[in-house]
Amino acid sequence: MAHLSELAAEPQRLSNAYQNWYRFSRNPSAVIGTAIVIICILTAIFAPLITPYPEHVGAVVNFRERHLPPSADYWFGTDNVGRDIFTRVVFGMRISLLLALVVLATAVPVGTVLGLLAGYYGGWVEIVIMRFTDIALAIPGLVMVMAVAAVLSPDLLTSMIAIAALWWTWHARLIYSITRQTRVQDYIEAAETLGASKFHILFREILPNCVSALAVKTSLDAGFVILIGSTLSFLGLGIQPPTPDLGTMVASGAAFLPSYWWESVLPGCAILFVSLGFNLLGDGLRDMFDVEDVR
Amino acid sequence: MEFASFLLKRALWSLLVLFGLSIIIFAIARGIPGDPARISLGPAATPEQVQLLRDRLGLDRPLIEQFGLFVGGLMQGDLGRSLLTERSVTADIRDTFAATFELVLVTITVALVCGAPMGVAAATWRNRWPDHVVQFVSIFSAVTPTFLKALLLQILAGYVLHILPTTGRLPAGMDFSADLTGMLLIDSVLRGRPDVFFEAIRHLLLPVIALSLASMGQIARITRASMIDVAGQDYIEANRAFGVPEHVRVFKYALRPSFVPPLTILGLQFSALIGNAFVVELIFAWPGMAAYGVRAILQKDLNAVMGVVMVSGVFFVIVNLVIDILVGYVDPRVRIRGRR
Amino acid sequence: MSSALLSVRDLHVDFTTYNQTHKVLKGINLDIPPHSQIALVGESGSGKTVTMKAIMGLLRQPLARITAGEMYYDGRDLLTMPDKERVALRGTAMSMIFQDPMTSLNPVFTIGDQMRTILKYADRRLGRTRSARERKVRVLEVLGQVRMRDPERVFQSYPIMLSGGMRQRVLIAMALLSEPKLLIADEPGTALDVTTQAQILKLMKDLVEERGLALLMITHNLGVVRETCSYVYVMNKGVVVEHGSTADLFAAPQEDYTKALIAAVPRLTGETRFGTVEAMR
Repeated sequence: MAHLSELAAEPQRLSNAYQNWYRFSRNPSAVIGTAIVIICILTAIFAPLITPYPEHVGAVVNFRERHLPPSADYWFGTDNVGRDIFTRVVFGMRISLLLALVVLATAVPVGTVLGLLAGYYGGWVEIVIMRFTDIALAIPGLVMVMAVAAVLSPDLLTSMIAIAALWWTWHARLIYSITRQTRVQDYIEAAETLGASKFHILFREILPNCVSALAVKTSLDAGFVILIGSTLSFLGLGIQPPTPDLGTMVASGAAFLPSYWWESVLPGCAILFVSLGFNLLGDGLRDMFDVEDVR
Repeated sequence: MEFASFLLKRALWSLLVLFGLSIIIFAIARGIPGDPARISLGPAATPEQVQLLRDRLGLDRPLIEQFGLFVGGLMQGDLGRSLLTERSVTADIRDTFAATFELVLVTITVALVCGAPMGVAAATWRNRWPDHVVQFVSIFSAVTPTFLKALLLQILAGYVLHILPTTGRLPAGMDFSADLTGMLLIDSVLRGRPDVFFEAIRHLLLPVIALSLASMGQIARITRASMIDVAGQDYIEANRAFGVPEHVRVFKYALRPSFVPPLTILGLQFSALIGNAFVVELIFAWPGMAAYGVRAILQKDLNAVMGVVMVSGVFFVIVNLVIDILVGYVDPRVRIRGRR
Repeated sequence: MSSALLSVRDLHVDFTTYNQTHKVLKGINLDIPPHSQIALVGESGSGKTVTMKAIMGLLRQPLARITAGEMYYDGRDLLTMPDKERVALRGTAMSMIFQDPMTSLNPVFTIGDQMRTILKYADRRLGRTRSARERKVRVLEVLGQVRMRDPERVFQSYPIMLSGGMRQRVLIAMALLSEPKLLIADEPGTALDVTTQAQILKLMKDLVEERGLALLMITHNLGVVRETCSYVYVMNKGVVVEHGSTADLFAAPQEDYTKALIAAVPRLTGETRFGTVEAMR
C-alpha cells in the first residue's frame, strides 16, 4: 500500500482523462478490439451495400455453383445450394449484433435497476431479488436457455427472450455489490440529509459510480451473448433457415467436412472475430477504468 | 467445530437452491404459453391424443397440486416418462449420466492441472513470452465458440492426420460394458482391461480438449491476475522485508491465497462447461446425458427436458458445494466469516 | 564514516510512471546513531516512505531508481555490497514494523507458520541452526515479550481471529524475532483506534529502551514523535527541510513547514490530512 501511495502522489497532476486515454491507447488489445467492433458494426449497418450478392440472403438456389471454394468471385466460397457465403456471413453478423443489442438493451437496464434497489434498500427487497439471482445463477445458463428456447418455438425472438431472461441476473449482482459499497459513503448520507429524492440518490448519485463497471461488463457480455446465440442456432434451437445465421451456417456446413471446409469454418471464424472484438474492447476498458472484479 | 457449522450452512443453502431450481423448472414447463401436451405432440396430433397426454401429465389439476406431484416425484427420483423413448426419464438419465460425468470430470481436471500452472507461469514471467502465450491462448479459447473448436479438432486430428477417433467412447467392435461405475476409465482398471483403458483415453482426448480449453484459459487468466494481485499485497512485501527467500514467498505464501479466486471461478466455469458439454457430445457422438438432452429438447420431450435440466442443476449445485468446501479449506476467512 | 549505525548521504531516487520521470528524493542526509530514537516526519508524498524503502532495500526496480548518494550500515556500504549480503541484512540486522496490521499478515496461514518461516531463514542467513521445536519456543517467547496474554493460542490463530491491536503486536514480534539492531517503524498503529495506538507506542518504546535498539520512526504525527523520539528529521517534497532534537524543534521550529506541522498536532487524529500545510504549499 505504502509504495503505491507514494507512486500515486506525483502522477495525480496529470488529468484523469489523459491518463485514461494514455492507458487505453497504449493497450494493444483495446485498440484492436475497438477496431474490430467498429468494423463489425459498420459492416452490419451497410451490409446490403458491401455484399456482392445481397439476394443470396434468402432461399435462393444455384446448384450449378454449389460448393465452390473461396475465389475472387466468392470470397468465402459458396454453400451446398450455391449461395455466396461471404454475403451470408455479413448478414449473419448483422443478426448476431442485433441479438446482442436487444438482449443487452433489456437485460442491462432491468439488472441495473433491480441491483440498485436491492443494494440501496436492503431488507426484504434485497432478500427477494438477490436470493432469486443466486438461484438463477445456480442453473447452468446454456442449459436453461436451451430449455426455454425449446419449449417456445425456436426463432430469433425466442433466443432473445431466453437469453435476456437469464442475463439480467449478472448485471443485478454487479450493480448490487457496487451499490452496497457506495451506499455508505458520506456524500450519499449528505444527500439523504438534505432531503434528496430516492430517485435522485439512486440514479444521480449511485448510478454514476457503476458506469465504468457496467461498460466493461456490457462489452464483455456482448461477446458472450453472441457466442450463446450462435450455439443455440448451431443446435437448431435458434434462428431458423433460410435466415442467415452464423451458428446455423456452421451446423449445415459441418455436414460437408472436411472437403468443403470453408462452409463451416469461415462462418465460425466470423463468430470468433466478433466475440474477440468485444472481449478485447472489454479488457481494454477494464484496464482503462481499473475495475478489477468485473468478468 | 467452526468448519462443521460452515459445512452445515453450505449444505442447507444448496438444498434451498435445489428447491428454487425445481420451482424455476416447473414454472418454465408449465408457464410457457400454449398447451404443453400440444407442444409435445406437435400440430398433427388429434384432440383426443392431446387430452390423453394431458391426463397422463396431470395437466388438468390445480398448479399447486401439479407442483407437489413434481417435487414429490423428484424426491423419489421419479422424473416421469419420456415421450420419446417410452421409458422412465430417470432410467434414461441413469444410463447416460456416467458418460457425461466422466467427460466433465476429466475436463475439469485437465483444465485445472493445465490452467493453474499456465497462470502461475504467466504471472512469474509477466510481460515476457510465457505471459504473452498464455494471454493469447486464454483470449482465443474464450472467444472461440465451443462447436467451432470441436469441429476444427475433429477435422484436424480425425480427418487430416488420422490419428484419433472422432466419435463415441470406444471403437465399434470393442466388447466391454462399463457395468460397475459406468465410467470407462475406472471400470476398465477394475476389470483389468488395459486395452479398453487406452482406447477410452484416445476417445476422450478430442472432446476433452474441445471442452476444457475455455475453462483452462479462464483459470489461467484468473490465476495470473490473482498472483499478481497477491504479489503486490503488504504481507508479501513484509515477507520480503523479513528476508524470506523468493521461492518460499512465491511458492508458499503467494500461491495459496492466489488459488482462492480461481477456485471460486471454477464454480461459475462449471456452468458454462455443462452447457458446452451438450454441444461437444452432439459433435463427437458421445452417448451421454447431454446428447440425450439435446434430442429431448429438439423433440420437445417435456419430461425428459425437465429431467435433464434438473439433473444438470443438481450436478452443478453439488460441484459448487464441493468447491465451496475446498475454498473454505484453503481460506480460513471464508470458513470463519462464512463469506467469500 | 561517522559513528552512526546507519547513515544516508545525499540520496536521490527517481520514479518513472507513464513515461515521465519524477524526482522523489532530492538529496537526503540522515544519521541514526546506535541506541537512538529518530523520527522522520512529513506528510503523505513527502518521500519518507521511499526513504525507508531505500534503506531497507525494498524499492521496486526499475520503477524506482537510486540515481545518486551513499548509504552505510555499521560502516558497510549498502549500495555497493553484493545482493546476497544486502538481503542477509534484512530482518536480521535491520528489521521493519509494518504499518497496517490488517493487510500485513498473510490471511491464509497461521501466525505461528509465518513467524517460524521468518525465523528459519533469518537463522539460515546468520548461520545459526535451530530445530523446528526450538524455533517454536523462540516464537512463543517473542510473542510473550510483546505482551500477548496467550502466546500458544496466538501461535495457532489465523490473522482474522485476532484484533487489530493483537495483529500489530504480532508485526512487532516479527520484527524482533532475530534481535535486530535497527528497527524501522512505518507509522505504527495509525490503522488502530487511539487507545490501542497509545498502547502499541508504549510497548515499542519499552522494547526499544530495554534492548538498546536504534529506532527510525516514520510518521506524519508529531504527537507520536514527542512521545517516542529524541531527534527529528522533517521532510517535505523529497528533501529534509529541518532537523534537530525533539525539544529544540518543538520549542523553536525554524521552517514554516515545521511550524505548520506542529500547529496541526492538537487537531490530529489518525490519518487526517494537514489542512494548514496544504494551504501553505
